[in-house]
Amino acid sequence: MSVDFDEVRASGLGRHFGRRRALSNVSFSCRAGEVLGLLGPNGAGKSTLLAIASTLLRPSTGHLQYGAHEASRAGAPLRQRLGWLGHDLQLYPELTARENLIFFARLQGVTAVDARVARALTDARLESRADDLVSGFSRGMRQRLALERALLHDPRLLLLDEPFTGLDGPSTIALASRLTRLAGEGRLVMLATHDVDLADDVLTRALVLRDGRLVDDISGRGWRQAYRAALSRES
Amino acid sequence: MFARTAWTVFRKDLTVEVRTRETLATTLFFALSAVIVFAVALVRDGRVVADAAAGILWVAIAFAGTLTLGRTFERERYTDTLRALLLAPAPRAAIYVGKLLAVVAVLLLTELMLVPLVALLFDAALLQRPGLLVALLVTGTIGFASVGTLFAAMLVRARSRDVLLPVLLYPITIPVIIAGVRGTAALAQLVPDEPMATFWVMLLAAFDTVFVTLALWTFDPLMTD
Repeated sequence: MSVDFDEVRASGLGRHFGRRRALSNVSFSCRAGEVLGLLGPNGAGKSTLLAIASTLLRPSTGHLQYGAHEASRAGAPLRQRLGWLGHDLQLYPELTARENLIFFARLQGVTAVDARVARALTDARLESRADDLVSGFSRGMRQRLALERALLHDPRLLLLDEPFTGLDGPSTIALASRLTRLAGEGRLVMLATHDVDLADDVLTRALVLRDGRLVDDISGRGWRQAYRAALSRES
Repeated sequence: MFARTAWTVFRKDLTVEVRTRETLATTLFFALSAVIVFAVALVRDGRVVADAAAGILWVAIAFAGTLTLGRTFERERYTDTLRALLLAPAPRAAIYVGKLLAVVAVLLLTELMLVPLVALLFDAALLQRPGLLVALLVTGTIGFASVGTLFAAMLVRARSRDVLLPVLLYPITIPVIIAGVRGTAALAQLVPDEPMATFWVMLLAAFDTVFVTLALWTFDPLMTD
C-alpha cells in the first residue's frame, strides 16, 4: 500500500502526560506548498504537536488525517512519506557523512542508494567531506547533512523542531531558502520554533500555541506583529 | 525487507563499536576484573569450591551483559537517532533484531576472553566438550540479550533507566543463568555429563524461542508513545 496526500487535517487534538495536559483541543489544516510555523514560548506544546504529526506519539483525544488516511491506521506506508529534523540532528558522529546517509537510505528502503546519497551530498555541499567523520563537522555542516538525511526518501511532509538552533547567519539564510524551495516543490513543511525573528522570511502561515492551546492562526504578511499581539492578549 | 533492515542496523552498530571500542572495552574490563576478584576470594591453596567456575563465568556474563545492554540504546537516545530509526518505514521488529545481534556479538567476544581466564584461574576443565560449551554460551547469551534488549529499549526514555534495567532484567533471566551454570558445571566435571549439558542447551533454546518471539511481538507497540 502506498500513501500520498496533499493536506494534513487535525481535529480536536489533545495529549496529556499523566495529569499534565501538553496539548488541548488543537484543530488546523495545512496544504502542500505551505510552510506552517508552530510558534509559542517554551512548553507551549509545539514539540508535542510535531511528535503527534510524526506518528511517534498518539494523541489522547482527536484525530489526525493525512489526506484520506488516518494517522493511527496508515503505519509504515505513511512513515515513508514523513521526514523529521530535530534540533538533535539524528546523525551518528562515529560514522562518516556518506555512511550516515547510506545507513538511513537503506532503512528508508530507498532504491539506487549510491546515486541518491551522491545527490544528497551534493545538495548538502559536502562532497569534499563525504568520507570524514561527522564528529568533526561544524553545527552548520551537520545541519545541512541532517536535512538531506531527512529528505533521502522524498517525504511529502517535512517536520522540523527548532531547526535554526545554533546556526550562524549565513546558515540560517541557506536553510530558510531551502525550506522555501521544498515547499515550492509541493511538500508540506511544518516547523516549530520559539524564535520568530529567525523564521521571519520562511513561514507562509503560523499557528500560535500557548499552554497547549491554539490561540491564533495567522496567515500572510505581518504575522510577527500578530504573533506578539496574540501572546500579549493571552498573558 | 526485514532481514535487510536487521542486517543494516547490526552492521551500523558493529561499525560504531569497532570505531569507538566503547562498549567492548568497558564490558571486557569489567568482566575480567570481576573474575579476578572472585578468583582471589574463592581460590585457597589451589583448591576451589565445586562448580564455582561455572557460577563465576555466568555471573560475569550477566554483569557484562547489563553494561552492554545499557549502552546499546543509550547511544541512540543521546543522538536522538532512535526517533529516526522508529520513523523509518522498516519493520520495527527488525530494528530490535539488529540491536539484539549486535549485543550478542559483543557479549560473545567478551566470552571468548572470559572462558579461558575462568578455566585458568579456577583450574576448571571447561573446554573438554567445546561444541557443547559454545552451544551453551550462544543459547544462554541470546536468552539473556533477548530480554535485555527489549527492556533497554523500553527504558530508554526513563530517567532512572540505569537502576531499572537490572531490577527488571535479573528476575526474568534467572532461568537462563541457572541453566547456563548447571550446563557448564556438567561439562566441567572430571567426566563431562553430556546428556545433562544437552538438556540445559535444549532448555535455553526453548527459552530463547519464547522470549525472542514475545519481544518481536511487543517491540513495535512498546516503542510507540
